[in-house]
Amino acid sequence: MANKILVFIEQRSGKIKKSSFEAVKTASDIAQKISGSVEAISIGNEIENLEKVGGFGAAKITHFKNADLENYSPSAYADIIAKYSTENNIDLFFFAASSMGKDLAPRVAVKTDSGLAMDCILLNCESNDIIATRPIYAGKAVIEIKLTSPKKVFALRPNVFNPGIPTDKKAEVSVVNISSPNLSVKVVDIKKSEGKIDVAEADIIVSGGRGMKGPEQFKLVEDLAQVLGAASGASRAVVDAGWRPHSEQVGQTGKTVSPNLYIALGISGAIQHLAGMRSSKYIVAINKDKDAPIFQVADYGIAGDVFEIVPAMIEEIKKIKS
Amino acid sequence: MKIAVCVSHVPDTAAKINIGSDGKTLDPNGVTFIVNPYDEFAVEEALKTKEKIGGETVAISLGGNANKETLRKVLAMGIDNAVLLKDDSYRDSFSVAKALAEEIKSQNAELVFFGKQSVDFDNSVVGQLTAEILGYNCISVVVSFSLEGNKITCEREIEGGKEIVETTLPALITAQKGLNDPRYASLKGIMASKKKEILEKQPAAANNSVEIISMKKPAPKQAGKILGTDATAVPELVRLLREEAKVI
Repeated sequence: MANKILVFIEQRSGKIKKSSFEAVKTASDIAQKISGSVEAISIGNEIENLEKVGGFGAAKITHFKNADLENYSPSAYADIIAKYSTENNIDLFFFAASSMGKDLAPRVAVKTDSGLAMDCILLNCESNDIIATRPIYAGKAVIEIKLTSPKKVFALRPNVFNPGIPTDKKAEVSVVNISSPNLSVKVVDIKKSEGKIDVAEADIIVSGGRGMKGPEQFKLVEDLAQVLGAASGASRAVVDAGWRPHSEQVGQTGKTVSPNLYIALGISGAIQHLAGMRSSKYIVAINKDKDAPIFQVADYGIAGDVFEIVPAMIEEIKKIKS
Repeated sequence: MKIAVCVSHVPDTAAKINIGSDGKTLDPNGVTFIVNPYDEFAVEEALKTKEKIGGETVAISLGGNANKETLRKVLAMGIDNAVLLKDDSYRDSFSVAKALAEEIKSQNAELVFFGKQSVDFDNSVVGQLTAEILGYNCISVVVSFSLEGNKITCEREIEGGKEIVETTLPALITAQKGLNDPRYASLKGIMASKKKEILEKQPAAANNSVEIISMKKPAPKQAGKILGTDATAVPELVRLLREEAKVI
């Protein structure tokens, strides 16, 4: 087998997502170990800087263009990728396990009869096999899996694989105009949450729990998030109480996150919450109860009153940032 | 119209997870199982849709006898019929989807609801796989659903916002938290569910392409430093974040 790898490059509003560069770099590292090759595919209308995927290791990129494909269409995107893969004898597919990637990867898997490894956090090669590690039970356990089908799909959890520093190499870009794509399922509009960073994509997350005492006190969480350029998150307890929207919930029935820094304010650390954030690179906990389970996963903690400590943190961070 | 809802039987989110002696499976001892939380939103949406347009609802679950508990719960919520695809051997997402697709086809269900993921293996793909196998239109991670005649409009949660997605029947929808508030079973519903028969069927044998090599608990994190109990610890905390962790 030639081990031809195809990486799906995801764009939103014409810009390539960082998680796609992570996927290209990871695919290119794998290709070296299994003597494979890496090419990329993008779908949309105008996309900036397609040649940049070359710096992460893809020799070429084919862009399928149509004004109706600027927004995601699961039916059209899956058809285009499946057709490309048949014509180009693709063996392995790499996606970012983003909202789009999680929706699209299984569709491509059915169309190309591929096995599927979702939300991988580590890929290793043993002889010619790729061993994928992925969390289950929201991270309470991890499994190592091997796909036994000839064709394989891997979706990589965003913000886990290091995209490295790109080289100056430019990918060869071909543009293919698509006429009458299959729009049987189509995104007709996107509503953006105004000016907010999403917890799933943030480098820093500041989350609040019951210890914030009430919805109005979340201003403090947002203020700290703002000075850090961070996203605001929430525990299940405060989402269920209606203090915060579900889109901010971190944990087993919310989002599983792995930012560089996770700051937990007034969160005791229920098992389902810890499962969703324990893979963060650094964890800070501020909680009155020094025996709270959150301190068992925190790198740094202050066992005190959030209403005293957080304003002091905001002042201190403003000082060093000015 | 026939409306199907697929439900799975999963460990409680509050459960501690232990690994079985084979190093590849969950040790179920002491673990409480529940209706997969996202499937409750799927059940509620199926019931609401039936209330609006009429028809019949059927719940389908794949697994062992224990899954009957989950099927009874959704019958008690108001689902009309239940089918257990009885197989407690290991199945990957593909093999699960194939069995579910086969049953949905034989039920002739034109509208199908799933939870967006099962909180056990967290693949978030069985809905999309099933739809693709059936050739149904599919919208995943849905937080609002409307059906007018043949036309479906949904809001789907994405990073930093929502997509408004349109499609037509036949369709499969996967439910995200926020779609609705699942109802509680009424006493009458609970009594009625006890009398209902759960139809047992044998699904086609699994044809797995995902081989589990090992299952482990993640390496325990080393507990860190408690720097103090009041605001005097803040300068040291900020210094460590800047100089040691280099994250701010």
